[in-house]
Amino acid sequence: MYKKTHWWSVLAVLLVAVIVLAACGGGSGEETTEEGTTEAPPTATTAPAKGEGGGEMAGGEGSYYERALAGEFKGTVVTMTGPFTDEDAVKFNESVREFEDATGIDIQYEGSKEFEATISIRVEAGDAPDIVDFPQPGLLGTFVKQGKVVDVRAFLSEEYLRQQYNQSWLDMATLEGPDGPVMAGVWHRFNAKSLVWYPKDDFEAAGYEIPTTWDELIALSDQIKADGDTPWCIGIESGAATGWPATDWMEDIMLRTTSLENYDKWVRGELPFSSPEVKHAAELMAQIWFTEGYVYGGRAAIATTFFGDAPAPMFEEPPKCWLHRQGNFITSFFPEGVQAGVDYDFFYFPPIDEAYGKPWLVAGDIMAMFNDRPEVRAVMEYFTRGEALKGWLAAGGALSPHKDAQIDWYGDPVERRIAELVQDATAFRFDGSDLMPGEVGAGSFWKAMTDWVSGTVDLDTALAEIDQSWPR
Amino acid sequence: MSAQSKTRKTPLDWLVATFGRLAVSIVVPVVIFGVMILGFQWLRAQTPSSNAQKALLSLVAIVWGVGGVALLYVVMNFVVESLPPRLMRLLQPYVFVGPAMAILGWYLALPTLRTFWISLHDRTGERFVGLANYVAVFTERAMFEAFRNNLLWILFGATFTVAFGLMIAVLADRSRFENIAKSLIFMPMAISMVGAGVIWNFVYEVRDVNSPQIGLLNAIVVALGGEPQAWTALVQPWNNLFLIVVMIWMQTGFAMVIFSAAIKGIPDELLEAARVDGANELQVFFRIMLPYISGTIITVLTTVVIFALKIFDIVQVMTGGQFGTHVIATQFYRQAFTNQNKGYASAIAIVLLITVIPVMIYNLRHFSEEEAF
Amino acid sequence: MATQQPVQRKQRRNWRKLWGQFLVEASLFFLVLLWTIPTLGIFISSFRTPWDIQTSGWWTVLPHREWQVVEEFPKPENIDPDGVMEIAGVVGTFEAFRQGIETPDGRRIIWIGNKRLGKIQIQELRWTMRTDFTLDNYRAVLGGKTFELKAPDGSTFTVQGDNLIGAFLNSLTVAVPSTVIPILIAAFAAYGFAWMNFPGRRLLFILVVALLVVPLQIALVPILQDYVKLNLNGTFLAVWLAHTGFGLPLATYLLFNYIRSLPRDILESAFIDGASHFTIFTRLVLPLSVPALASFAIFQFLWVWNDYLVALVFIGAKPDVQVLTMRIAEMVGSRGNDWHLLTAGAFVSMVLPLIVFFSLQRYFVRGLLAGSVKG
Repeated sequence: MYKKTHWWSVLAVLLVAVIVLAACGGGSGEETTEEGTTEAPPTATTAPAKGEGGGEMAGGEGSYYERALAGEFKGTVVTMTGPFTDEDAVKFNESVREFEDATGIDIQYEGSKEFEATISIRVEAGDAPDIVDFPQPGLLGTFVKQGKVVDVRAFLSEEYLRQQYNQSWLDMATLEGPDGPVMAGVWHRFNAKSLVWYPKDDFEAAGYEIPTTWDELIALSDQIKADGDTPWCIGIESGAATGWPATDWMEDIMLRTTSLENYDKWVRGELPFSSPEVKHAAELMAQIWFTEGYVYGGRAAIATTFFGDAPAPMFEEPPKCWLHRQGNFITSFFPEGVQAGVDYDFFYFPPIDEAYGKPWLVAGDIMAMFNDRPEVRAVMEYFTRGEALKGWLAAGGALSPHKDAQIDWYGDPVERRIAELVQDATAFRFDGSDLMPGEVGAGSFWKAMTDWVSGTVDLDTALAEIDQSWPR
Repeated sequence: MSAQSKTRKTPLDWLVATFGRLAVSIVVPVVIFGVMILGFQWLRAQTPSSNAQKALLSLVAIVWGVGGVALLYVVMNFVVESLPPRLMRLLQPYVFVGPAMAILGWYLALPTLRTFWISLHDRTGERFVGLANYVAVFTERAMFEAFRNNLLWILFGATFTVAFGLMIAVLADRSRFENIAKSLIFMPMAISMVGAGVIWNFVYEVRDVNSPQIGLLNAIVVALGGEPQAWTALVQPWNNLFLIVVMIWMQTGFAMVIFSAAIKGIPDELLEAARVDGANELQVFFRIMLPYISGTIITVLTTVVIFALKIFDIVQVMTGGQFGTHVIATQFYRQAFTNQNKGYASAIAIVLLITVIPVMIYNLRHFSEEEAF
Repeated sequence: MATQQPVQRKQRRNWRKLWGQFLVEASLFFLVLLWTIPTLGIFISSFRTPWDIQTSGWWTVLPHREWQVVEEFPKPENIDPDGVMEIAGVVGTFEAFRQGIETPDGRRIIWIGNKRLGKIQIQELRWTMRTDFTLDNYRAVLGGKTFELKAPDGSTFTVQGDNLIGAFLNSLTVAVPSTVIPILIAAFAAYGFAWMNFPGRRLLFILVVALLVVPLQIALVPILQDYVKLNLNGTFLAVWLAHTGFGLPLATYLLFNYIRSLPRDILESAFIDGASHFTIFTRLVLPLSVPALASFAIFQFLWVWNDYLVALVFIGAKPDVQVLTMRIAEMVGSRGNDWHLLTAGAFVSMVLPLIVFFSLQRYFVRGLLAGSVKG
């Protein structure tokens, strides 16, 4: 027998419960709606933050950084994301720990290798983290254009910023917003890229000389090859970002074979990739990359070797390759236990055409702010100060763009020397692919270089395809 | 039943019952909806940090999801059953079928139209560009490469999956170790494509000529006197085959299981008769078995073809689409999320949809022939 | 005399039968080996030390012959590497020594390094096994990798990296509701289609069948837009709903096929007894359909657990809700050749599905046989 009464009784109980609830009056009802609305703001931090400190932007004494040190934002959370993971993420977390302990602000950083794709989704979803670390101002530019990024001049005076950074850094942080230029972020760490690493002890034992011109570099490569080894270690594999080390080579060679004006025009898209200048740079690169016996593992290995693993053969005993061109951050990827200045050292990537001097290619991470809350402002202000990087400088793998950073903070004598060299540099330019629009700088440029290196297409096709992908 | 018999007693009872039902049928769903929405908002706001919180949340979610959904059905059904019988008979089916159809509509049916609409617009979705995205899809080298690769996936992937599946099913049918052999062949079905990508990347791992090879394939090649190769990067487009192997490895188990069941379904008398007539095993296989299970082969083939058409994880994890290995689905991901070109990505998705339409039509035909609906 | 011939023929037939059986078993064994070796490779590797993984194949855990160094000395001073030289009684060029020259007495003279910094090794082939197994890889992926960093004062300290336990729980949190919710909804719909008559029934079911093969890529962009409006992106709820939506056509189709095939008379007698559809569904049909529900549950669980794309799009943005597949994929990208972590991580991600798979294989197969074309 199937009885309807069963369901009736259940529902009767329910009904009674509802009536009782309703009778208990508005109180509970209001409570529930209140709960509903507090959930509403998209990325509200944990609730307790609101109560303390008045929550007023204008309240409190001194700058946000000072107020944070005074403990005003204790218990708040600032979320961050960026592309660096693994050891770099640990170094970052360690270097901000002191600030977290002093202020009680919890900086939660999570890195992702799919950064380029996921950050777009999050920003579009209105779910952006408070602060985002962009290694590519070009990608940041897209969001600035959409008006999603907070202008840091809203709470940091230009005078103060000039006191913390060289003007050129500030210029590079100034991007075009929907209503005029916006200071889109503050620079955190930077990397010098015009460096060639070599295994110092073995290099000296073998009696090799450090090259100071392109011709000497080629001569040295030939010498190492004649001695039975492959001179270069090159790897461009990097997951979805595969190909970027190749773009660095292109940029470094561009700086050495054409004027800074041409370089700037190239970055802005006014000098096409198919122009003779760019093609010439690629051909010079090919002179090293594609010469038989020059690269460890041969041309095929370049495309499939993870960039961080590329220098590893240099540290085998005896070395299997002797030269590796990469930014200073690569020291994070060196095998455990190798010593700076003993096992390895660097020399400046030699000039090619003397007319263009000794330019430096640099790249850096800009911290952009997506949610405007007092504690986020405090963290942003903290990033304008050298001490935000102190721990990282000690651990190695970063350079500081801050004027107030001390040279003796560098834990690594080699990096200290790089920092000094860059300080004295007359000409330096930012990594071009990082400044180009995302479609090119984080897309077709990488892909075309990979295609070219792995032999999918020839150079002309590769360059033409980059030109074609430039959004106009 | 008891309620209905009571209502006939006095008009007052009838009135109370009717209004009671009305009240219940309005208030209860509203309350339930309210609770569901609150739960929804609560769940939405949760970003559990500790593992214990996660476990708790998972539990709450199951209670909310399953309990809530069940309750919704109970209430809707109650409301419908308290209606006059004619209305009830009319509405009750929709209580059963409605929620599923609503979700299907939201998640699959409507998006098809919406994606088509988006595909007619530019990257921001603001400007109408007509068929420009489709023109781009069919003219760019990168897309041509993706189509070509998908074709390779279908041709080689589907053929070898079916061939191996059939072969193993026939062999296993005669083996004394049938169960264990089938289990082991079937096992890759349980592994994620990401995991499979790791497994096979390790097989293909390449080292310098002068170092010992740690990848199995290159070790074998070197032992046989060959040169180590970067299998997934070299000799395009044939490097795609090394990715396709991963799919064959994963899907053969599926094909095998289905074929195995089909083969067991062939009447023994049929096979015996053929053997008595002097047919050898190959003849039995080609003349009797194959025709008998041809329907099953087509079903498996279509399934594997669709699988190959939509392939994404293997490529994304193993090569990221580099070295000329992009397929339609990875290009879609790249355009939609990395490049933020929604219009173009939608056009790719529509093209992908169009390619499965023949299968869809076949399914529908098959369905309407078979079902006495 | 006459009886001997048939006996011989019989023996020959027996012999041929045995040979045939052997061929079947051998080829099957070969195929099974082919199918299991890749998995075996990472399974074994996950227990090897990083150094072993990087310098030797995993098959070297088996006994094998290997060149081992007996003697090592710096290259002699008095030789000319560019010409023909004599080392340890063997004559050859630099290239030949680099490859290694084998002597008749079973030794090998090999030049390590380049012409300037060379070392000479004398090696012998010896039987050996590399059986230096360790659980450290699992400890590292489950407990977090340790990093050694330098502090500002020059001292070093260690930091624990992320572990996979959180991701494991996330996967579980995503997979369980994503499996149960669609089953419930689909069961109702399947019953409705199978045992109720209503206008539009055929049309709606045709829709279900049509949607079976629709690639889910078609839905990602619009659904993402909806999620943006609903502020749902990056939550578990978003993924549960998405998996429910994408899993429903198959669930409905499978359960429909099963529920329709239930014996008609049982249901009819229940109707005659006055039971409503709802009662019949909950009291009769659901309990009877447990095998079908189970087979779909396994199917959906494995699908969701192993899913990468849906997770990448709908929660990929939020690192704290990342599922295992994403973490493993991330490791592939960021750890390069850290095979010891990658192999262990991959195995951690495979444990649960493999357990589910092997313990419930029968149901799983039944689900597949019921016709599966997943969208």
